[in-house]
Amino acid sequence: MSKAKGSLSVNGVSLVYSAGEKSVLALDGISFEVRPNEFTVIVGPSGCGKSSLLYIAAGLTDATSGHIHTGGQMVTGPGADRGMVFQAYTLFPWLTVRNNVGYGLKRKGIAAAERQKVVDYYLGEVGLAAFADHYPKQLSGGMMQRVAIARALANDPDILLMDEPFGALDSQTRHTMQRLLLRVWEHAQKTVAFVTHDIDEAILLGDRVIVMTARPGKVKADIRIDIPRPRDPEIVLEPEFIAIKRRIINELRDEIDETH
Amino acid sequence: MIRKPLRIFRSDALYAEPAFVKPMNNKRSLFQTFVTPFGDIPASAAMIAGAILWIAVLGAWAVATYGGYVRDMFLPVPDAVVRRAITLAADGSLFVHMWSSIKVVLLGFLVSAAISVPLGLYMGTYRIVQAALEPMVNFIRYLPVTSLVPLFILWIGIGIEQRITVIFFGTFFSQLVMIADEARAVSRDLVNASYTLGTKRSEAVWHVIFPAALPGIINTLRVTMGWAWTYLVVAELVAANSGLGFISLKAMRGFQVDTIFLAIVLIGLLGLISDLFFRYLRRRLAPWAV
Ligand SMILES: Nc1ncnc2c1ncn2[C@@H]1O[C@H](COP(=O)(O)OP(=O)(O)O)[C@@H](O)[C@H]1O
Ligand SMILES: [Mg+2]
Repeated sequence: MSKAKGSLSVNGVSLVYSAGEKSVLALDGISFEVRPNEFTVIVGPSGCGKSSLLYIAAGLTDATSGHIHTGGQMVTGPGADRGMVFQAYTLFPWLTVRNNVGYGLKRKGIAAAERQKVVDYYLGEVGLAAFADHYPKQLSGGMMQRVAIARALANDPDILLMDEPFGALDSQTRHTMQRLLLRVWEHAQKTVAFVTHDIDEAILLGDRVIVMTARPGKVKADIRIDIPRPRDPEIVLEPEFIAIKRRIINELRDEIDETH
Repeated sequence: MIRKPLRIFRSDALYAEPAFVKPMNNKRSLFQTFVTPFGDIPASAAMIAGAILWIAVLGAWAVATYGGYVRDMFLPVPDAVVRRAITLAADGSLFVHMWSSIKVVLLGFLVSAAISVPLGLYMGTYRIVQAALEPMVNFIRYLPVTSLVPLFILWIGIGIEQRITVIFFGTFFSQLVMIADEARAVSRDLVNASYTLGTKRSEAVWHVIFPAALPGIINTLRVTMGWAWTYLVVAELVAANSGLGFISLKAMRGFQVDTIFLAIVLIGLLGLISDLFFRYLRRRLAPWAV
């Protein structure tokens, strides 16, 4: 297990949801390692436990057995070292865009002047400097997720967990967001664990793609994406991209067939 | 310059300003906008619609009284009410009674809100607080306050404390339950997001749940303020020597129906003012929710 800052190791994590009499095994002894600054994408059939896995890594849900370590530290609860971007819109509606992005820094007790600098930098990174004084409800879905990304990054976490952050956006906005995320990630140099159900998105963004089995979730395949960066959105048309895509689709098809 | 942005954008190009879509050329007739569910109507139409009902009610009153259809022992002519207001205002007693009522309502309401807001927040946030309070609160909440009045008189006497207690009992328990509901309805994702940004569990109630629930809390206070005014009359009818409910009761004994009407109108107006105040408060304290 790596002790390096930004490393993420998942060791035999199982999760049972119990509701009254019934209990559901959501994750079944899942293990993998993510290196510092690696962009790992997780795909898998719906309901296979992707969100649950990120919630456990974030410390928001307790694993039934197994452990997650980040930077050699065992996860026992949520903390500012692991930022998260959710699929649902989770900006604080009572704070302006500026104060949303500065929220974590304020909790840490960073002085206003320093906070302002960091906030302005990340608002510039996501192209929303002009919207600093707007409230979230005045923004579109894509803009809200950009603020959510800026908010997570402004806190300077070691690891960024992203649970289908672009899942609710239309395809054009998604493409814009993917390019933006890649650019911001290249500047920020963070470990990212990114969940998606969009295979193109997975290959375009990831250093590797982890394919999960249907519930109960395990690692089905771990595919390295050696396409050089920066990646042009046009690569979706290249044979090597299509070859990887075919492989992922095949891995996933087996899983989806099994559940039917 | 601040332009009012729309909530839904079609495209979302990276550095582009959002498209501020102009309203479509409105080809619908006014009537069609009236019968469109949730349709916006012009401000003037709203004013006129509201005024019509007032004019109708006041007109019916005038016709019934000036026309001699109803005896003025039961229904005063409108100008009698105005004249009564002028006499009582001239000797200052009107303001004494109004202030007496306002004081009771405000004190009862403020004491109630000062406890119900923090306690309701904890009740909605922490299951254990809910489990401890809810059975008792729900029992008391459904007791008619009037049934407690004899007890209050026995224990507290007939001073202002008794009236304040009636107002408190009339509002507090429902206020508490409603505020707890507001706190409980706060999105878990919002709280989770705050944790991943470094908020501690103990901080979430004041840093996340309170601001998120604030518009709902102010709304609850606005609604329960209305109840406080209703209980005022209950409190003053039973035991008081000043106040709008008190002069109303005294007037009934002297068959001064104009004074009863005056008291009713004033209570209505004071209630309306407090309602407007809470709407203003909501706009000031929670502009993001308007
Ligand atoms: N709170 C819960 N209680 C019971 N079962 C749950 C709960 N949350 C998720 N599950 C179940 O656990 C499985 C994994 O859920 P989730 O992690 O959301 O999957 P994914 O994100 O891959 O779609 C699903 O089958 C879901 O029905
Ligand atoms: Mg999910």
